[in-house]
Amino acid sequence: MIAKKDLEHMGWLARLELSEEDKEKYTPRLNSVLDYFGELDEVDTEDVEPTYHILPMNNVFRDDEVNVPAKPLTQEEALSNAPKKQDGFFKAPRMM
Amino acid sequence: MATINELKERIHAGSSEEIVAEYLERIGSSKLNAFITVAKENALVRAKEIDSEGFEGSLAGIPVAIKDNISTKGILTTCASKILTGYVPPYDAHVIERLKEAGAVIIGKTNMDEFAMGTSTETSFYGPTRNPWDTDRVPGGSSGGSAAAVAGGEVPIALGSDTGGSVRCPASFCGVVGLKPTYGVISRYGLISYANSLEQIGPFATTVRDVAALFDVIAGYDPRDSTSVDKEVNYSSALKNDVSGLKIGVPEEYFGEGTDENVEKAVWNAIHTLEDLGATRIKVKMPHTKYALSAYYIIAMSEASSNLARFDGMRYGLRTEDSDWHTTFSQVRAAGFGDEVKRRILLGTYALSAGYHDKYYLKALKVRTLIKQDFELAFKDADVLIAPTMPYPAFKLGEKIDDPLSLYLADVDTVPINLAGVPSISVPCGFSHGLPIGMQVIGKHFDETTILRTAYTFEENTDFHTREPEGL
Repeated sequence: MIAKKDLEHMGWLARLELSEEDKEKYTPRLNSVLDYFGELDEVDTEDVEPTYHILPMNNVFRDDEVNVPAKPLTQEEALSNAPKKQDGFFKAPRMM
Repeated sequence: MATINELKERIHAGSSEEIVAEYLERIGSSKLNAFITVAKENALVRAKEIDSEGFEGSLAGIPVAIKDNISTKGILTTCASKILTGYVPPYDAHVIERLKEAGAVIIGKTNMDEFAMGTSTETSFYGPTRNPWDTDRVPGGSSGGSAAAVAGGEVPIALGSDTGGSVRCPASFCGVVGLKPTYGVISRYGLISYANSLEQIGPFATTVRDVAALFDVIAGYDPRDSTSVDKEVNYSSALKNDVSGLKIGVPEEYFGEGTDENVEKAVWNAIHTLEDLGATRIKVKMPHTKYALSAYYIIAMSEASSNLARFDGMRYGLRTEDSDWHTTFSQVRAAGFGDEVKRRILLGTYALSAGYHDKYYLKALKVRTLIKQDFELAFKDADVLIAPTMPYPAFKLGEKIDDPLSLYLADVDTVPINLAGVPSISVPCGFSHGLPIGMQVIGKHFDETTILRTAYTFEENTDFHTREPEGL
């Protein structure tokens, strides 16, 4: 069961501010879903390997060259959607 | 509804500009809310260019609609979320590059569930899309805008994405054809990620032939997606009206409790039609099907909690008033994401967090292995599997949205396919009280040609795909 305190911790980990109303609203709904997920406990997965990817995946290597495989964005393109920018940089909020 | 070939004839006799203008007019007078952005100017300019260039490419002058989670250079791309307010991608997704090379005209960006999280297109920040067959009902989701636009005659072909059924579900609810390819066949470069190990871009159209034509254009290797698979196949050439000797597996687990009687009947009738045409039917057992839903949601939410970490208001999208570092991010995300997205991020974070990782995330990945093995075993005997796409026809707007779990349960027949990474195509196979029913033809990894041939043969010998919604 997720308690309000757990939800606050998840909100912190996910950088998601939750209002008191959110917490009241989400807790029962998240618990009913979590309760449903509990059915997996009845599946015997002893000696079963997890599947992270469905096809056999290997690391894909390439030569360390500029513009391969894609041409990078120009500085102007990269900044074109930034809500706040300064001197050719993204402007972040203060650290403290 | 006009097919690609019919439109081509009209374009050659007249112009693409004329066709594009006609579709724009239909979109303009529509009540469906299928589009978030209509790229009117871009589309008309492009159509004119194609008219003067002489129709190079297999989709020259044909209008196409794009789900709003696929990046389009210079055209607003929102994922139906407030958090991407004003975001105009500086680059095209691989599928968009391919479409442009083929001469297609991008007519607009379609509505969807926010970040593709939903089964009804009701979680969109831009309001729900309506089903063309009954505007009080949902079009399905999450690619509801694309499916409704095609079914409503607002565009002949469209792209969606399918993470747990998001192409097939709306195809089924709107009475059109939709394909989820094998994982890796279409590059995900430029698809804004929700659950990256599960999702694939997929085509919509009113016929199997048009789905294959669109698929031929967008499939193919792309080194910018490390999961892209290098295979060259001509899918359109697989379309033969012939299923003789085809072995159809019917998994009884997909006709389980909660499946509407009329859906069950329609799908069985379709199976019998294919038997009459020379296919044989065998029973297959897929005992882990009932656990697919939980495994799917745990994996999808976990991947989402990580993929959506990038939305923080620094590089694009919504930015609220600055405070300190962590508070600013938390407030941007609180203001920008809707309830369903927040719930999935929270549960995904929970499933990955210390103390719960093994119980939820790792367990789900192990169950995924068992589900994959179910498919491998079934495909030892069967060439294709046939099952309902959705357990019931389109439900009413507002009917399920307040109870997330009941909405999740609607995905029971579509999510196992994504967990196994196999291809599946949904085709219209009947009606229930005037609402379309879809069946899915599921194939082996990379065997799209067989499911396309099966769907094509069914379509050639039935007329469900020719019915059109009235009163639009």
